[in-house]
Amino acid sequence: MTVSTLASSVASPRKATAAILANAVLIVIALCFLLPLAWLVLASLDVKATYQTQIPEQLSLANFAAVFNPELTFLPLWNSLLLSGGAAVVTVLASVLAAYPLSRYTMRFNKPFMYGVLFGTCLPITAIMVPVYSLFVRLNLLDSIPATIFFMAATSLPMAIWMTKNFMDSVPVSLEEAAWVDGASAMNALRRIVVPLMRPGLSVVFIFVFIQAWGNFFVPFVLLLSPSKQPAAVSIYSFFGQYGAIAYGQLAAFSVLYSVPVILLYVLVSRGMGGSFTMSGAIKG
Amino acid sequence: MSAETVSRSPRETATGPGPSGSGPRRRPRGRTLTRVLPLAPAVVLLAIFLLGPVIWSFYGSFTDAALTGSSAQDPQWVGLDNYLTLFKDPVFPLSLWLTFVFVVASAIVGQNFLGLGIALLMNRASTVVSAVVGTAVVAAWVLPEIVAAFVAYAYFSEDGTLNQVLAAAGMTGPNWLYSFPMLSIILANAWRGTAFSMMVYRAALNDVPVEVTEAAMIDGADGIKRLTWITIPMIKNSIATNLMLITLQTLSVFTLIWVMTAGGPGNESTTLPIMAFQEAFKFGDIGYGTAIATVMLLIGAAFSLVYIRALRPEKV
Repeated sequence: MTVSTLASSVASPRKATAAILANAVLIVIALCFLLPLAWLVLASLDVKATYQTQIPEQLSLANFAAVFNPELTFLPLWNSLLLSGGAAVVTVLASVLAAYPLSRYTMRFNKPFMYGVLFGTCLPITAIMVPVYSLFVRLNLLDSIPATIFFMAATSLPMAIWMTKNFMDSVPVSLEEAAWVDGASAMNALRRIVVPLMRPGLSVVFIFVFIQAWGNFFVPFVLLLSPSKQPAAVSIYSFFGQYGAIAYGQLAAFSVLYSVPVILLYVLVSRGMGGSFTMSGAIKG
Repeated sequence: MSAETVSRSPRETATGPGPSGSGPRRRPRGRTLTRVLPLAPAVVLLAIFLLGPVIWSFYGSFTDAALTGSSAQDPQWVGLDNYLTLFKDPVFPLSLWLTFVFVVASAIVGQNFLGLGIALLMNRASTVVSAVVGTAVVAAWVLPEIVAAFVAYAYFSEDGTLNQVLAAAGMTGPNWLYSFPMLSIILANAWRGTAFSMMVYRAALNDVPVEVTEAAMIDGADGIKRLTWITIPMIKNSIATNLMLITLQTLSVFTLIWVMTAGGPGNESTTLPIMAFQEAFKFGDIGYGTAIATVMLLIGAAFSLVYIRALRPEKV
């Protein structure tokens, strides 16, 4: 805004000044956003790391070596994989099945159902872990990995159904009609024709749910009690409580190991789908 | 839905005018059943794990359920007791106020305006710079929330990066997390969440046809006029969607605050999710924590209804 008011009235120098100012402001913003992350990277490579951001006296992978063992890293990461992979598979399966009738048939309850789903998308369900905890106690589901998977799947389902239906709406129905004429059932047409055609969309939904579940701390923190079942998000928090005050470097190294998979997945999605459009698929009604 | 279909069909058959009429009448009903069957897994999951906790939240808020002891085994119905305690609790209005401040400052002002600003500037900046900023902003967002929380904790701690920067400029920074807990968590949440708004606005601005802004430019509208009279009205649906989603996301932020300040010092940064968690798991009063959760649900539900009504997506 200030950019154009400061600029002179002649067309091309004005545009050039605006561009220079825009670039400068954006670079400052980028630095502000990257500055906090510098600590994470530098501390993970520094044996004598503290909360200060400092260039390590010597770069070393000792922190990574120290946490690179089954108890600290592999088991929690495996649990994370189990939880997020499980939640993503359940969500994608349930939402493909649900999206098919919603997308293909005109039914009386389509509209109320989709409004209900939209409403569910908005509920701050992760903020109400207290009643979820007591419900799980009552149903005897506490400390159960499958139950936690189903809960995580259910919380991401509204958004996933919404996205999947939008993706499915863009698959032309004429291809299925050909299959129906050849005698294929609706489920066969879904499996053989629709799902293969919307594979890119489904992988977006899958990765979207996976990244959310992988980063989720509050849900497993409340619902999973045994350390042997806890994912990396929770074990990293216990580690912080126990050794955080002395082993900043290891904490940072652990954090890096835990973050890399989702960063890679995000890069994969944004390369494939063209960055910001990943989100717009979910948001454009 | 399927229950309704099932329960109706016998009656329809009974009143059916005869074999010749009941055939075509029953077929569509059976077809509806097979058509809605694929919805079953999703409906069951949503009913148990989404609707279940919501109903349980209302029910549990009327009991004295506790974490341990006899009330844990056999919670008693206590009517409105939890709500009466809640409205007398001096922490509750404070917590409500802090939640409001947190949402307005970090989401509506911070993430929203910063996201919109970055998206607008990106249209003028070079491709390389846009890509670098995009990556930097998204990096904070894509990190797991617990890692982002640790990073923010380190950044704002007394000998952390922020105070190092201030020291380099010749200033002595305070202990941010202790002296300015709200400011710290607001800035941290703006840092973490701006990417979402930025991506929404980038996508929205891409859809604004260039011809419209060019026409306004020829008519002599300057940058600010073009922004307020052309661009903003054209992306107002995205703005509404974005505001709603980030409001609800910020309402449920727990991890960031829990790791950075744990609601402290005292109750100076105790937002509603923190308060509910502490009452339930630190002081062992599940019923009371559930009452706070129910209040949050109602706030969230009210916001969603306003949003859905305002937006009215035509293509449902």
